[in-house]
Amino acid sequence: MSSIFWIIIAGAVATFLTRVGGHLVLSRFERVHPRVEVALNAVPAAVLTTLVAPAAATADWRGLVALGFAGLVSLRFNALTMFLAGAAVIILLRQFS
Amino acid sequence: MDEHIYQQKPSQADSSSKSTQFWEGFAKGLPIMIASAPFGLLFGALAIDQGFTLFETVLMSAAIFGGASQMVGIELFGQNIPAWLIVFSIFAVNFRHVLYSAAVGRRIGHFKPLQAILSYFVLTDPQYAETEKRAESGKPVTFIWYLGVATPIYVMWVFEAFIGGLFGNLITDTHALGIDMLLPIYFLGLVMGFRSRENWGPIVIASAIASIIAAKTIGSPWHVSIGAVAGILVAVILAKPEAVKEKP
Repeated sequence: MSSIFWIIIAGAVATFLTRVGGHLVLSRFERVHPRVEVALNAVPAAVLTTLVAPAAATADWRGLVALGFAGLVSLRFNALTMFLAGAAVIILLRQFS
Repeated sequence: MDEHIYQQKPSQADSSSKSTQFWEGFAKGLPIMIASAPFGLLFGALAIDQGFTLFETVLMSAAIFGGASQMVGIELFGQNIPAWLIVFSIFAVNFRHVLYSAAVGRRIGHFKPLQAILSYFVLTDPQYAETEKRAESGKPVTFIWYLGVATPIYVMWVFEAFIGGLFGNLITDTHALGIDMLLPIYFLGLVMGFRSRENWGPIVIASAIASIIAAKTIGSPWHVSIGAVAGILVAVILAKPEAVKEKP
């Protein structure tokens, strides 16, 4: 087997460890302290934001317009509509301006 | 962890059939499948470009199942970088899943061991977000529902690596197609989905500022962990005293 094959397998094991590891550590405790509970409830917004903000900070104006528009759409519509609206804006702007 | 606190008790209203639950999950998985399609195809195309065989390309999507880390992996492979460093980079990019894993354990603690192993294997960003939203809505997070979300995403992700690998040279100008902005737009949607949670605004602001600064100074992928810690710290600091009081 090639070295690529073994890198993929090792990468898969490492990835699985991150996906199961947090639970394994936390489940060793008898009960979850309320402060930890508060921290866990903050996980979605805290982590997912880091996947948006740096990209927004380095985006061109077209990217920012698309992000802003998608953000507005998300206030009223579901995630798929929001994504398609944002994608349409960025593709149109990149084609014509 | 005291599982009884989090375990969903099946009530009469919740006892919808297994197939209903599967399709409820499937309906949540479909938009994710569509949004991730460009990246699945792009990954396939780039991997072949970097000298991967079609088998290795498909294997990577099937075994790792994490878009950003796969991209990092193939990019580093093109350079003369030791294997352990590539594996470590994949680990670092995926490190945020440790937090998802800890948080989602409260929702799926009642799954059987093999179900749990499979569930943690497919614990991607959107899978986590949908599970949290499902739990928040008061509906039961069953394994069948969870599988319904994951199935379309996983099957298509693997298939896209294959298609992208076969027809990759058809994608020429990724900039004109806005590929670089699709993922941020998609993740913004996930962030917005949690806006009714306590202290959402301050958490997002703290996480945004910290991740931008970290991205510019320390660099990727550590901005994710650093930004996340900043947001979580703000949540803990701002939590109302009664919320953090130890229950008797």
